Amino acid sequence: MAVMTYREALNLALREELTRDPNVFVIGEEVGLYEGAYKVTQGLLKEFGPKRIVDTPIAESGFTGVGIGAAMVGLRPVVEMMTFNFALLALDQIVNSAAKLHYMSGGQYNVPLVIRGPGGPAHQLAAQHSQSMEVYFYHVPGLKVVRPSTPMDAKGLLKAAIRDDNPVIFIESETLYNVKGEVPEDPDFVIPLGQAVVRREGTDVTVVAYMGMMYRAMEAAEELAKDGISVEIVDPRSLQPLDTATIIGSVRKTHRAVVVEAGAGFAGMGSEIATEITEEAFDDLDAPVLRVTGAQAPMPYARNLERAKTPTKEKIADAIRRVCYANGSR
Amino acid sequence: MPVTKVVMPKLSEQMESGKIIKWLKKEGDRVQSGDILAEVETDKADVEMEAFGSGVLRKILVAAGNKAPVGSLIGVIAEENDDIGAVVAQAGSGAPAAAPSGAKPGMADRPAAVPPQPKSEDPAARKPSPSTGSESPGSRRVQDAVAAASVPQPSGDGGRVKASPLARKIAAQSGVDLKLIQGSGPGGRIVRRDVEAASTAPAAAAVAAAPALRPVAQPAAAGAEYEDLPLSPMRSAIARRMPLSKAPVPHFYVTSEVAMDRAWELREELNGLEGQPKISVNDFIIRACALTLLQHPGVNASFQGESIRVFHRVHMGIAVALEEGLITPVLRDVHAKSLAQIAVEARDLAERARQRKLRTQELSGATFSISNLGMFDVRDFSAIINPPEGAILAVGSVRRVPVVSDEGLGVGRRMALTISCDHRVMDGAMGARFLQDVKKLLEEPLRLLV
Repeated sequence: MAVMTYREALNLALREELTRDPNVFVIGEEVGLYEGAYKVTQGLLKEFGPKRIVDTPIAESGFTGVGIGAAMVGLRPVVEMMTFNFALLALDQIVNSAAKLHYMSGGQYNVPLVIRGPGGPAHQLAAQHSQSMEVYFYHVPGLKVVRPSTPMDAKGLLKAAIRDDNPVIFIESETLYNVKGEVPEDPDFVIPLGQAVVRREGTDVTVVAYMGMMYRAMEAAEELAKDGISVEIVDPRSLQPLDTATIIGSVRKTHRAVVVEAGAGFAGMGSEIATEITEEAFDDLDAPVLRVTGAQAPMPYARNLERAKTPTKEKIADAIRRVCYANGSR
Repeated sequence: MPVTKVVMPKLSEQMESGKIIKWLKKEGDRVQSGDILAEVETDKADVEMEAFGSGVLRKILVAAGNKAPVGSLIGVIAEENDDIGAVVAQAGSGAPAAAPSGAKPGMADRPAAVPPQPKSEDPAARKPSPSTGSESPGSRRVQDAVAAASVPQPSGDGGRVKASPLARKIAAQSGVDLKLIQGSGPGGRIVRRDVEAASTAPAAAAVAAAPALRPVAQPAAAGAEYEDLPLSPMRSAIARRMPLSKAPVPHFYVTSEVAMDRAWELREELNGLEGQPKISVNDFIIRACALTLLQHPGVNASFQGESIRVFHRVHMGIAVALEEGLITPVLRDVHAKSLAQIAVEARDLAERARQRKLRTQELSGATFSISNLGMFDVRDFSAIINPPEGAILAVGSVRRVPVVSDEGLGVGRRMALTISCDHRVMDGAMGARFLQDVKKLLEEPLRLLV
C-alpha cells in the first residue's frame, strides 16, 4: 500500500494497463504534450510515445468515434473528456454506436472502450461545467457507468474498466483529484464493476452516496453519532451495474434509507435506488426512503447560490434525522 | 417445488388470532392452490382458509380446536421429497423461546399444538392464555392510554391505520393490534419503536393480570360470590372497539317520533301480496335512510383527521344481535335497491350472521348504520357510532299510543328514532334535518316504492 492522491492513482492505473497490454492507448484533448488538463496523464507521453498517447483537436465527436472504431478492431482505447460536460458533443457516438454495436452486430463486435474524465459539481464552474453527467449514460442499455470516490477505487475500478469488453463511462471529479488515500501497488489489484462498499457501519439508517456526496455524508454521520444516531454509508461505486444486494442488505439491517446525489433529483439515481429499496425491502422499511438531491435548476456561478443548489452536510443530516423520526416531527 | 408455509391468515382488521374449527385436508393429502384447507373461527365469522400453494399437505402444526395467532405457522405444503425439517424446526424452535423466561411461568405448559409466534423477542407480547381467547393485556393497556389521551385513533383514513411496513410486520408477528397504538411518527404514523413499546411495556401488567385470569379456567365453586367468564372472540372485539368510538368521537343525539300508521298499513298490504318477499319495518327504515342519505351527504360522511370524507354511495351497516354479542353486516349500494331487494338481502345477511357464515368483505365498509331494538319493546335508545362512520340510527319499537289530532284523541302507531352523530362531522341541525326527512318518507311511505 502506498499513500497517493486520486490523480496519482488514476495515473498509476493507466501506466500499469498501458504496460500490461499493448492494445491500450489514451486519446483526447491535451492528454499528451500538456499531460492532461488535470494532469491525470502526466508523464505518459514520455513513457509510451505519441502512438499510445494521442493528442486530438477539440472535436469530441470525432475522437470518440476514433476510439469506438479502434475498439471494434481490437484495441482498448481510453478516451479522455477534458470534462464530462463535453461528452454531450459525442453523445450520438456514445449512445448510438458504442452502446449498441455489440447488440446490433449480433455479437460480432464489442467495444472495449473507456471514456473517462471529471464530472459533477466542483467549485464555481457554473451551469455548463457542473453537471452530474452520469444520469445521461446509466439510462442507456449497453453502457456501464462508474463513479469512484477514493484513490483506491479510482485505481481498481479504472483497471477493471479498461479490462472490460464493454464501453464504460468512468466519471471522476475535479474536487477529488487531490484527495489522498491508501492505494495497493499490486499491478493485479482490480475492483470488479458492480460491487458496492460499506464505507461506514451503522445500525439506524443507511445512506447511499458516492463521490463528494459520500464525503459529506461521512461528515454528517460523524455529527449525528454525537446525537446517538448510528449511520451506515454505502457507496455504490458503479451505478450500472448497480449492486442492489449490498444496498438492500444494509436497509434490511437499518430499516431506513436516505439516498444522496449531487444532480437534480427528478428521475435521478436516488429515484432508482429508492424504488429498488421499496420493491425489494418494503416490509423492512420503518420510514419512507428520503432523497437529498441537487435542486432542479442550472448550477449558479455565485458561491452562495451554488451552495444553495447542492446537497450539504446540513441537508443530509437533516434528512437522516427526519427518516429516523429524530427531528421532533410527529 | 417451493415449500409453502401455511400461516394463520388475517381475515379481519381486528383479528389477532384464529381457531381452527376443522381441517378439510389431512396430512399427506395433495392440495392445489385455492383448495380449502380448513375452517377458521375469527372474532366475527367462520371463514374458509385457502391454500396459497400446491403440493402435499405435509404437516399440520395446529390441530383442530386450537387457536393460533395471525401470521403463525400452522401447516406446511411441499412436495413429498422436499425437506421441510428446517421450516418445521423453525416453528418448533420458537417454542422454548415463546415460553416466557421468567415473566410468566404459568405459560410454559400451554398446548404444544399452538405454534409460537415467530420472531417476537418479548414474551409479554403473546396471548396470556390461548384458551381464553382474550386479547393480550399489553394491547389493552395501550388502549387505555389511547383513550386517556382522547386520540381519535380509528378515524384516520377511513379506518386505515397509518403504520410503517416494518411496524406492520412486527405487529403481525407479535400479535399487537395496531389500532390500539398511538403512532409517534409524522401524522401519527406508527413506527417500529411504537410497536416495540406496546409489546414490551406491559410485561409487569401481564404478571399482575395472570392471577386474575386464572379463575377463568376453573368452574365456579358452589356458592361462590362471583364467576369470571372468558371473553368470546366477538365479545373481546366489541370490548376493544367500542371505547375507541365512545371516548374519542364526540357523540350528540337527536330523537324524533315517527307516525308509523301508514307504513304499517302499507307493509301489511305488501305482505299480503302473493309471491312477494316479506318486508319488515326495518326494511322500510333502511330504504328511507338510504334515500335520505343521498339528499343529506353530510350525514353519509366520515371524519378523516384533516378532512371530511363524503360518500356518494350508501353502504348500510345493519346491527344483528347474536347470542354472544352483535355483528354489523353491510348491505352495499343500498340507495340503488328496491324495498323488495333490501328485504331479501337484509334477511340473508342476518341469517348468515347468525350462522356465522358471513364473508369478511361483508363485515366492513359501511357508511352509515342502523341498530333496531324494536323487537324488545324498547321506547328509544341511543347507539354508539361505529367508526369511521359518522352516524348511526337507533330504532325503537312501533308502539300503539294515544295521539291527539284535530279530530280529538285517538290511537296511533309511533316509533322513536334517535340518531347518534359525530360532532366533528356534523352539527345538531344537520342531524335534525336528516331525521325530519326520514320521518317524512316513513309517514308518506308510498315514496319508498317509487
